[in-house]
Amino acid sequence: MILDATTGSSSDGHSIQGELPLLQVKGLRKSFGSRLALDEVSFELYPGEVLAVVGESGSGKSTLLNCINANIDVDHGQVMYQSRCNGAVDMGQISEAQQRLIKKTEWGFVHQNPRDGLIMNVSAGANIGERLMSLGARHYGQIRAKALECLQEVEIDTARLDDLPLSFSGGMQQRLQIARNLVTQPRLLLMDEPTSGLDVSVQAKLLDLLKQLAQRRGLAVVIVTHDLAVARLLANQMMVMQDGRCIEAGLTDQLLDDPQHPYSQLLVSSILQS
Amino acid sequence: MDNTEKTSDHGRFNFAYLDEQTKRMIRRSLLKAIAIPGYQVPFASKEMPLPYGWGTGGIQVTASIIGQDDTLKVIDQGSDDTVNAVNIRKFFQKTTGVVTTEDTEAATLIQTRHRIPEHPLAEGQIMVYQVPVPEPLQRLEPRSTETRRMHAMADYGLMHVKLYEDITHFGKITSTYDYPVMVDERYLASPSPIPKFDNPKLHRSKALHLFGAGREKRIYAIPPYTNVESLGFEDYPFELQRWTQACALCASTNTFLDEVVTDDEGGHLFVCSDTNHCQRTQMIGAGHDS
Repeated sequence: MILDATTGSSSDGHSIQGELPLLQVKGLRKSFGSRLALDEVSFELYPGEVLAVVGESGSGKSTLLNCINANIDVDHGQVMYQSRCNGAVDMGQISEAQQRLIKKTEWGFVHQNPRDGLIMNVSAGANIGERLMSLGARHYGQIRAKALECLQEVEIDTARLDDLPLSFSGGMQQRLQIARNLVTQPRLLLMDEPTSGLDVSVQAKLLDLLKQLAQRRGLAVVIVTHDLAVARLLANQMMVMQDGRCIEAGLTDQLLDDPQHPYSQLLVSSILQS
Repeated sequence: MDNTEKTSDHGRFNFAYLDEQTKRMIRRSLLKAIAIPGYQVPFASKEMPLPYGWGTGGIQVTASIIGQDDTLKVIDQGSDDTVNAVNIRKFFQKTTGVVTTEDTEAATLIQTRHRIPEHPLAEGQIMVYQVPVPEPLQRLEPRSTETRRMHAMADYGLMHVKLYEDITHFGKITSTYDYPVMVDERYLASPSPIPKFDNPKLHRSKALHLFGAGREKRIYAIPPYTNVESLGFEDYPFELQRWTQACALCASTNTFLDEVVTDDEGGHLFVCSDTNHCQRTQMIGAGHDS
């Protein structure tokens, strides 16, 4: 197992330092009609940590992400977030305006399909600048400079600043979506299958970028994926879901090398070994 | 004889065409709109004897607030004698018998299509606007559930995205009419398709401004002395249109000018869009000359 030098965290390193978890999810439950989509899911996420949520489709991964992001109301449970200035807030208890503000300033959400996360008919620069403008930025030159910076950070040619996302390749659109989320220096990034639909080399590049960003900025990331390779590359924590329940959770390397639950064993054994 | 014709029309319609129940309903919406400047209040818009897009919203607002002592002026693109103005004026002459005028100063109630008179408005005057699209965010976000939420949260980043795009592609903000305004530092509103030249006249105006959108079933208002800010960026602020010419008829240099084509050989001239103001200026000019 490799110790992460930048965060200094090992298996239980974070709790020793007395650092508070950035995100605490406690007993989330959500049902759609009689179907239970999420059943008592809990986890904690510390700054700089990447949690991969894996499982087959229909296992409740995306529902979990949408519940955390307050896109859908939960039936039961709590999402506690350690905010920059207000300390611990219960995302379910605060007003919608406060929720929106936190989501705009401290969180990011990367959709599986970049079309859901981008405004397709305005330029890349405007896409990145939108958050700034909705937070009250009113200087065109500064917004543009900031957008340029973000574009560089996600390794998109700065000459494409004024181009429409429609003219971007799939991988570039996904990177633009990330840039759009990075502009307000978020501390938590929620990602729903960000690499699916991209070819393998583009996927690798994107994962590399994400890993760098997480390390450089100390971002906490929850990444939903069905691809165990993504989890292995990116995540230090991992959670396996089945039928809306978390059936196994732990350190990624540990879980992948020594899965305990039969379903996790099945999942791990289904990866092609090279 | 004129008089008997009027009374016979009175007999056929309720005063100002709408029934009292409807007028009360619209007045309630108006009061709410005035209480929350810039906020779009839904109302049960009625069918009117003219097509949507011709001023059904404005005409309902006028009909529900007009009184027997009012003096009505109707403008269509600045002019008192174009089709829309003439017809709406006749409509109210028939159904109310109130005095009508072309003189901005003499009017207590002015229904307008897309202009604010050049002559400064006074306290006690009411402007009624015909609004085709009351929602300034509609072209940017087609879901009305979402735009309503954006208004509730005062989340207007999207509007600035549009302005950003304009500057990026054209080097300046290209909207020249229906230029979005922030009312009372809270609600984003469409000033109806008035030229942006008229936007500053809304800021801390002495008159009451009422906006009616018949098809979209919305009423909103800008009460007297309300702050109205036209959007812009610090480095690309809101700018007024300018003309290099003066009005060809009255020689005014500070009015909104229309370009009029005079022949098929490229001949054209610029004249005031506000006909009443132009005539007055001509009369004053002639008086000085003689």
